[in-house]
Amino acid sequence: MSTVQTGALPESFEPADLEPPSKQQKLKKSTGEAAGALQSRWASLVAVLIAVLWTTPTLGLLVTSFRSQRDINRSGWWTALTDPGGFTLENYRQALEPGSSASLSQYFINTIVITVPAVLLPLFLASLAAYAFAWMPFPGRNALFVAVFALQIVPLQIALIPLLDIYVNKLGFGASYWSVWLSHTIFALPLATFLIHNFMRELPAELMEAARVDGAGHVTIFFKILLPLLTPALAAFGIFQFLWVWNDLLVSLVFLGGTPDVAPITVRVAELSGSRGSAWYLLSAGAFISMIVPVAVFLALQRFFVRGLLAGGLKG
Amino acid sequence: MVASVLSVAPSGIIPEPFLRAESVAGKFFLMFFAVAFFAAVFGGVLFLASLFKGRKGEQAQGALFAAPAVLLLSIGLVYPAVLTIIQSVRGKSGEGGFSLSNYSAMFTQPELLLVLRNTALWVILVPFLATAIGLLYAILIDRARGEAFAKALIFLPMAISMVGAGIIWKFVYQYKQTERPQIGLLNQILKSLGFETQQFLLEAPLNTLMLIVVMVWIQAGFAMTILSAAIKAIPDDIIEAARLDGVSGLKMFRHITLPSIRAALVVVLTTIAIGTLKVFDIVRTMTAGQFDTSVVANEFYSQSFRYNAPGLGAALAVLLFILVIPIVVYNIIQMRKEA
Repeated sequence: MSTVQTGALPESFEPADLEPPSKQQKLKKSTGEAAGALQSRWASLVAVLIAVLWTTPTLGLLVTSFRSQRDINRSGWWTALTDPGGFTLENYRQALEPGSSASLSQYFINTIVITVPAVLLPLFLASLAAYAFAWMPFPGRNALFVAVFALQIVPLQIALIPLLDIYVNKLGFGASYWSVWLSHTIFALPLATFLIHNFMRELPAELMEAARVDGAGHVTIFFKILLPLLTPALAAFGIFQFLWVWNDLLVSLVFLGGTPDVAPITVRVAELSGSRGSAWYLLSAGAFISMIVPVAVFLALQRFFVRGLLAGGLKG
Repeated sequence: MVASVLSVAPSGIIPEPFLRAESVAGKFFLMFFAVAFFAAVFGGVLFLASLFKGRKGEQAQGALFAAPAVLLLSIGLVYPAVLTIIQSVRGKSGEGGFSLSNYSAMFTQPELLLVLRNTALWVILVPFLATAIGLLYAILIDRARGEAFAKALIFLPMAISMVGAGIIWKFVYQYKQTERPQIGLLNQILKSLGFETQQFLLEAPLNTLMLIVVMVWIQAGFAMTILSAAIKAIPDDIIEAARLDGVSGLKMFRHITLPSIRAALVVVLTTIAIGTLKVFDIVRTMTAGQFDTSVVANEFYSQSFRYNAPGLGAALAVLLFILVIPIVVYNIIQMRKEA
């Protein structure tokens, strides 16, 4: 749903601004704002305050996940900071232990199995469609593209229940991965097609024309010329879609319910939060098991990650 | 036309061994099978396309490239959306005769009015608070030492799921009687200051505000990232010129910074508003919509799946769609003005 907006953003904004400021910028500050020294002390204080407020909740649960079940219920996590020593991996062991009713390991595997095709498939289909919309004239092309573009504003909630009916009664999927693979693909297509199309339109037409003169067909052009050039766009959207699918609750809840064979970890953790709301040893470890992969991706691929998020805005 | 396509599809279109698996190996086999299957379909389309030659063939190729996406969208999004709209005007069960009772119920039944009130609170508070905090932080750390690290701290909540965020905050709000040792941070703070501890998630309307805090916590990083980029894009000569004229501090912010980042502000506010309108995971994880905390997206789920009122659920989904439209229109109008 970022479409309408993307155009309005300043050019420089595209890559993540998570890199350190350049030397030049630092110089400018020292020459320009000597008077603001006192002011900047207050500024730093407020900034630190916000940063602390924003990180403490996560830190609290992280510390808790390494404390023993008994300690968690008898004292606050902050007491463990001044009086460490009692840290244990027991909560994680219990949360992951195969076979136990609380085990999260099979849900974790379900999440992986759901996510990989649900990221690759929309990338396949959207780049194919985007190429047609950008570079292949066919009747009704513009009308179709506008329609795909406009579908971005449709909230996925509006399609869920009839879609469930189609999966169960017409296609015989029941609670299987196929329902979520297809649904995530469908819901991703408008945004993916739009973004990749925009990227393709910016490639020089001569590139395509030259290849055509040399006798290359569309299929060759698509694979040999376009796909390599598309990598940044595909990576940005791919990461956005990865996070979306990995963190999704609603789509999986509707199509899979709580079925242990197929349900992802978000569904299970949300369920535990309702049914075993005070089992913090389990909830804290479970929450971090479900978050570790997206956070690792975030730390490793910050720049792509932010670009993807900016491109995607808030889908759904 | 779509309906007829579906009705000829045999039931059980995918044979059982490729549908489900219990073992880990089986699941990964399914995953690879699915990717290979989709890749084969993809390759098939390309192969078909390469068979067409000449001017007419060119057009057929284009249509063929676009066909899989267009087909999936028509069957999987447009057609179900139309069905939902029809269902919403056929009574509570979604199967009766034409009636607007679902829509009138939304604006007359007290429980549903409460849902609308809560949603309004969310959509007003979250975008403004998240944007204000994100903007403040972006300005404060602009060109400061360790800017990248400072940004990552605020941005990290965007990477984790709303389910995870819900659990993190549920623990912050955890309640124990005042005399007992506290395990929830917020109640510990209350206790240290000499107040009674609170059941933050049970007492309305406080609990809705407490859930809103979680969404603000998640979205502030998004606002900060976009606004920070917009601030960096303000041309240096404008700032220099203003500074030579003796403008600084709040005046600089009011007359130079704010007008320059207007477009980005509109983007941030509307994007967060749309995301907030559809918020489901947080409410579902933290209160499941009980204790007067339900919002439209959560009520849609509850009515459809728990209270067996699919017609009313459909009407709530349509309401979500209708509520998104004015935000998008406002956005487009603002964009036009800027251009």
